Amino acid sequence: MYETNYHRASSVDEAAQLMGNAGEGKYLAGGMTLIATMKQRLAAPSDLIDLRHIGSMKGITVNGRNVTIGAGTSHYDVASSDALKAVCPALCSLASHIGDPHVRHMGTIGGSVANDDPAADYPSAVLALNMTVKTNKREIAADDFFVGMFETALEEGEIIVSFSFEAPDKAAYQKFPNPASRYAMAGVFVAKKGSDVRVAVTGAGSNGVFRHQGMEAALKAAWAPDALAAVSVDAGMMMADIHGNSDYRANLVKVMAKRAVAAAG
Amino acid sequence: MTKVTLTVNGRKVSGECEDRTLLVNFIRENLGLTGTHVGCDTTQCGACVIHMDGRSVKSCTILAVQASGSDITTIEGISSGDTLHPVQAAFKENHGLQCGFCTPGMVMTAVDMIRRHGGQLDEQTVRNELEGNICRCTGYHNIVKSILSAADEMGGAKQAAE
Ligand SMILES: Cc1cc2nc3c(=O)[nH]c(=O)nc-3n(C[C@H](O)[C@H](O)[C@H](O)COP(=O)(O)OP(=O)(O)OC[C@H]3O[C@@H](n4cnc5c(N)ncnc54)[C@H](O)[C@@H]3O)c2cc1C
Repeated sequence: MYETNYHRASSVDEAAQLMGNAGEGKYLAGGMTLIATMKQRLAAPSDLIDLRHIGSMKGITVNGRNVTIGAGTSHYDVASSDALKAVCPALCSLASHIGDPHVRHMGTIGGSVANDDPAADYPSAVLALNMTVKTNKREIAADDFFVGMFETALEEGEIIVSFSFEAPDKAAYQKFPNPASRYAMAGVFVAKKGSDVRVAVTGAGSNGVFRHQGMEAALKAAWAPDALAAVSVDAGMMMADIHGNSDYRANLVKVMAKRAVAAAG
Repeated sequence: MTKVTLTVNGRKVSGECEDRTLLVNFIRENLGLTGTHVGCDTTQCGACVIHMDGRSVKSCTILAVQASGSDITTIEGISSGDTLHPVQAAFKENHGLQCGFCTPGMVMTAVDMIRRHGGQLDEQTVRNELEGNICRCTGYHNIVKSILSAADEMGGAKQAAE
């Protein structure tokens, strides 16, 4: 790892200020992506601004059907929140399958979403649950947030503070994990609220997480796994690598979507 | 150099290190506690698992400065004197190790796992929970057996105490 300077922020404002004074600074949350990347010398921030001790960025509030999750909330705390489980168990289940127990104790929803790894799990939930991403500067709608692989609408120095959404009537996430890394080779989050249906796909798209309009239309017409039988998933939009070619991934997306609808009930 | 202060195995300690120093290196080199191992260096293998503020974490992917102020438990801190922790005893009894390199991380993982599941573990859960710990010798079978046996023992002990 290259040299770096560590700063611990105790408030969001202080973090933004520290970042303003830094050369090539980066925010540090759980570090489960950033520290790992720095160890490989794939990132070399001059300064690290640690967000982990900012109390206001942590925790889950459930008010009726309205959910707010602090960006600094760990995967473990999302997975084990009884209040969240009562209104949106699909999100708890997603969090409980990220990485391993130790990664879940450190890694945060904000870090995962800000990083926007094309194979990460959370981005699909943000999109399918139509979350509002609240930053220290503004509110960003899920549909405007994800720009491409590892690319989001966040500006230089902008901090995600929390995520909020209204719990869906039904939802589920199914992923086909890469057998070695356990990241999604295809992960599909389906959510139904009233007559609205959103289907978000991660792990498979060559441009990162995306919504699949064809599947959404089919599920709006009939909420059942078989409703997806006639929908085509364009292999031209899919990633291809040694783990699976694009036809294989296109098929996986459909299989995961069907399983997700079945699981959502 | 930055001063790092920790409570390690109940004892307040401090030392100076670079901001880029990993917690595992601080523990091994500054504190001389070499029970915590470095296996893969890529956050996969779990040989470096310790407890930070009561939760299992991979100390190879945390900076020492990040951990400053926290309460750390390492493998050296779980026995009471010469009496092994029930998880250590179960690994010994069930032959849950061969070369032993992964064992500190396995034991710390098991202690955390049993704590979270309140002694209510089954084989499938243990296997899922071992996702972040790699063993190249045992084939995991006796590790799973050790953890289940320790969980039984600790669950039983808890009831007896109540
Ligand atoms: C062994 C292993 C297995 C994993 N498996 C999976 C998996 O199956 N699925 C999955 O989805 N992920 C997986 N991950 C990644 C994990 O979920 C990370 O925790 C997550 O991607 C990053 O979150 P973090 O809090 O650790 O962020 P960090 O690593 O601290 O930061 C990541 C990036 O986000 C930025 N950032 C962090 N917080 C904020 C914020 N509030 N506002 C703005 N920017 C911010 C940082 O500057 C940095 O660029 C795995 C990681 C490991 C090590």
